[in-house]
Amino acid sequence: MLKNKPDNDEVTMPERREFLLKTFKSLGLAATGGLVWSGVIEEGRSAPLILRPPGAVTEKEFLATCSKCGMCTEACPYNALALAKPGDNKPIGTPYFIPRTNPCYMCKDIPCVPACPTGSLDKDLVSDKDENGNNKLNINLAKMGLAVIDRETCIAYAGIQCDACYRACPLIDKAITVDYTRNIRTGKHAMLAPVVHSNSCTGCGLCEKACITDKAAIFVLPRKIAMGESSERYIRGWDERDEERMKEVTEDITTQTPRSDRSAVDYLNQEEF
Amino acid sequence: MHKYRYQISRRITQTAILFLFFAGNAFGWNVLRGNLSSANVLNTIPLTDPFTVLQSYSAGASLATDAIIGAIIIILFYALVGGRIYCGWVCPVNMVTDLANKLRTALKFDEKVTPWKMNRGTRYWVIALSLILSSLLSIAAFEWISPIGAMHRGIIYGFGFGWTFVLAVFLFDLFAVKNGFCGHLCPLGGFYSLISRFGFLRIGYDKDKCTMCMKCIDICPEKQVLHMVGNRSGVVMSGECINCGRCIEVCNDNAVKFSNIYSKNI
Repeated sequence: MLKNKPDNDEVTMPERREFLLKTFKSLGLAATGGLVWSGVIEEGRSAPLILRPPGAVTEKEFLATCSKCGMCTEACPYNALALAKPGDNKPIGTPYFIPRTNPCYMCKDIPCVPACPTGSLDKDLVSDKDENGNNKLNINLAKMGLAVIDRETCIAYAGIQCDACYRACPLIDKAITVDYTRNIRTGKHAMLAPVVHSNSCTGCGLCEKACITDKAAIFVLPRKIAMGESSERYIRGWDERDEERMKEVTEDITTQTPRSDRSAVDYLNQEEF
Repeated sequence: MHKYRYQISRRITQTAILFLFFAGNAFGWNVLRGNLSSANVLNTIPLTDPFTVLQSYSAGASLATDAIIGAIIIILFYALVGGRIYCGWVCPVNMVTDLANKLRTALKFDEKVTPWKMNRGTRYWVIALSLILSSLLSIAAFEWISPIGAMHRGIIYGFGFGWTFVLAVFLFDLFAVKNGFCGHLCPLGGFYSLISRFGFLRIGYDKDKCTMCMKCIDICPEKQVLHMVGNRSGVVMSGECINCGRCIEVCNDNAVKFSNIYSKNI
């Protein structure tokens, strides 16, 4: 009796059992494939230092929209843009540039941006209005990255005269200025130290290309990596534009710590002192 | 020559399209710009791979109009013409897998060793998986690992390590599953099978002329679509047929030829 039981079971609903098993098996295989597949993607995606062409949308949107067609790279008259190949350790097939070898020369008509069919390079991000109110491309609005200076290797900070980056900058005196200070070490010379300003720097990398040190002392990083973020409660009261931010603060943003509940001890005014 | 008329035409279109893309990048020709993911014809007509667009949408992206128009043009073209002519006549990976298949036949693998079997429907699972992963990871998931992309980008812009993707497909088709990539796994092929189901161009079969030599079945990379051979006359109705025309070339009885979906008597 007991021996026959399994056989009976299989005879009653063989198709149903087979169907369920097949579905289960396929789902299991799909899950296995999916895990390996997403592992490969996650591994290749971690390229935080990649520099995108001008007008690129945020990196997350960029990865979702870029179709890897390469039309921006073909449009670039300086061949500065390349598509990431497998083995470059960058998101496969997406465009990037390496400023030390091939910086962005900041063409006025920005040919790479209108070439993009998917909108990964967005014209609106590099356009402003002309006098008639029409949209006009303006490469100076590009935010490809931000130049960062290593003061320890920059020879200008050592007191040697060099303004290679300053002269190379397409936004000279806006994106890079030179700080004239006294050279305390010699006591009689001037120090002409370059300083980068994040509100004007486009991240084109012409400074990095021009830098005379063996490994560039000024180099472009993605803005997200290169910049800090100050909390909204620190307002520069002497700066009118920063003062404006006060108006945006609506709620109380006092910091609450475990000690905040206790009243402060006013010991200096106690009798003992 | 006559025996290879479609084979030769296919190789010509496949290499010509790649060459025009290559020349667009290398010499600045404007006939075809971009690559098989997104292209521009004569600087006016946008073309976009609709499966890439679909993945981008699953990833939660909003695309510019050019890309959407391009995708609609491609869908309409392949849906109207019919058959996976993208796979047979455009895709460069077809040349790789055809070579692997040729070598596999020459080495008589399938006669001497029990061949591995895979379900032809796997590609539809891979489509589902592509879309699920695209939405989970917010990127076009298949484009990330696609040997097709690695190959056409490689030819146009330089391979890098992309040749490993292509070699992997070649070895898989040679040693693992016969017609493994194009006929079982590729989600792009699966996608075109789905949209070209009702297209015009079909392979027609005439049972009265057929002498049952089964050469067409032997040569066909998607054997399941020729199920009517030996049973009844008719046209191939499956979207999985790549319209490569190999069956027509090998038929000595004139029983197989290009036909259309409306044709009742072959």
